[in-house]
Amino acid sequence: MGELKQLSVFAENKPGKIEKITKALADAGINILAISISSSGDFGVIKFIVDKCDDALKKLKEAGFTASLNDVLGIELQDRPGGLHSVVQALGNRSINVENAHVFVAGSRDRAYLIIEVDDINHTRELLKNDGLTFYNS
Amino acid sequence: MIWDKKAECMTQKQRESLQLERMQKTVKYVYEKVPFYKKRFNESKIKPAEIKSLADISKLPFTAKADLREGYPFGMFAVPREQIVEIHTSSGTTGKPVVAGYTRNDLAMWGEVMGRTLTMIGANQNDVIQNCYGYGLFTGGLGIHYGAQRIGATVLPISAGQTKRQLQVMQDFGSTILTCTPSYALYLAEVAEEEGITAKKLKLKAGCFGAEMWTEKIRDEIEKRLHLTALNIYGLTEIIGPGVAQECPKKNGLHIAEDHFYPEIISPDTLEVLPEGEKGELVLTGITREGMPMIRFRTKDVTALRRGKCGCGRTLVRMDRITGRSDDMLKIRGVIVFPSNIEKALLEVKGVEPHYQIIVTRPQFLDEIEVKVEITKKMFSDEVKHLEKLKQEIEDHIEEKIGLRIKVTLVEPKSLPRSEGKAQRVVDMRNFK
Repeated sequence: MGELKQLSVFAENKPGKIEKITKALADAGINILAISISSSGDFGVIKFIVDKCDDALKKLKEAGFTASLNDVLGIELQDRPGGLHSVVQALGNRSINVENAHVFVAGSRDRAYLIIEVDDINHTRELLKNDGLTFYNS
Repeated sequence: MIWDKKAECMTQKQRESLQLERMQKTVKYVYEKVPFYKKRFNESKIKPAEIKSLADISKLPFTAKADLREGYPFGMFAVPREQIVEIHTSSGTTGKPVVAGYTRNDLAMWGEVMGRTLTMIGANQNDVIQNCYGYGLFTGGLGIHYGAQRIGATVLPISAGQTKRQLQVMQDFGSTILTCTPSYALYLAEVAEEEGITAKKLKLKAGCFGAEMWTEKIRDEIEKRLHLTALNIYGLTEIIGPGVAQECPKKNGLHIAEDHFYPEIISPDTLEVLPEGEKGELVLTGITREGMPMIRFRTKDVTALRRGKCGCGRTLVRMDRITGRSDDMLKIRGVIVFPSNIEKALLEVKGVEPHYQIIVTRPQFLDEIEVKVEITKKMFSDEVKHLEKLKQEIEDHIEEKIGLRIKVTLVEPKSLPRSEGKAQRVVDMRNFK
């Protein structure tokens, strides 16, 4: 099963920094599907879900950025009131601690996923297996 | 006014003969009393009897701060510890401090040169001296104190801090002379303004400011805001403390008490003695010290010497305001910091590579220091909290090693300027020039 990959890039907390990163991705013809920013005072980590993650990582490194690719878990969200709630409830019931989360809409535009960062993806998947959730599978 | 007209105004010829006599005596004395010097002189194949002129001093080896650290604590003393009546140490944070020992005669000489210093700035027995230099192992407080007592002024041994109380005392006791670091003088001025105390309400007339580098611009600022004549004082623990040199109201350099402290200017590269007027590193020899005479001590302070009679009447050689260091030493809020030690601490943290820059600023009156560290692949984590932790870990480690908390900022790789492949390690934006 192909795990969902998330691209993380280090950035100083200064005007124009995100622009530099997105320009490098745009120049390389990479489509950004989701973005999330966690910052802490002087610096932050910008996270992307992109269509061609290996190319993106290569391009960013060539452009001098510090970046990495990490596995994340994508859980499909139902397009109805309470859609997010039911997923989060399942996570809570299984005492799964989420480090970071954001939402991404799949390339086909018909599905949205909650992206979560957890310590052990396989274990988390195992814990959630009877909760009727659909995981992202590339 | 001149405290000791005979010593301060003698002709060049008279002084040279006095200096030579004292130098010869001291060189012989340290050779006999201090094993360190005996060993050094022997290594350089020089005997005290070979010092026949003042210029012969260049045959003697230099003494460095590291030699004093090596001899910690009492290795440089020329007398048994029992004859030392007072000890001071330097304000460094790294390793062992520099220890200075004073005999009763040394303290008398210190009081004498400080008496000259305070007289030079216009103080006499009618004055009230508010001494905000720290009392304690630091030489500043007690050095001024001994001079004040020598000239019979009223001294307030108040040290720095408690600024509002300082201003209260200044008004109530009618302080006329202020002695402190230039940055503290500016801070006092600011608090006075906040408290609505105009300089006219104060009776200050002069002050000697030192223990850190400062500029003509800072002088103008202090003079304007505190309504006093601000003069530059110079000294160092290894030689005696304050009292080595003092600027007179003519403001054209600091008169060195050269009948006690023999000055030379050397090239820090070739170590050759430079002619008068050339800029280089100041080297001092204590020719009247008893407890701990320094032979050719390399101060690492960059200046130039100027001869010729000064408008004040003194014939003592003048040195320019210190404009820099011949090593990388920084003084941050009076504390000695070597960037090389910051680097060492930095590289001991796992994953850190030597891409960093130390930035020193003085946003208002107090020095700020920051280290920018380029993030590397090994250091990177997609978790902000891990990066935060790493940043703290670096700050903790530097603090543990150098004794000073320094703000660490993580920056992007290759974002720090490199010139010819070599990064500029220290950016001192305090502007002392």
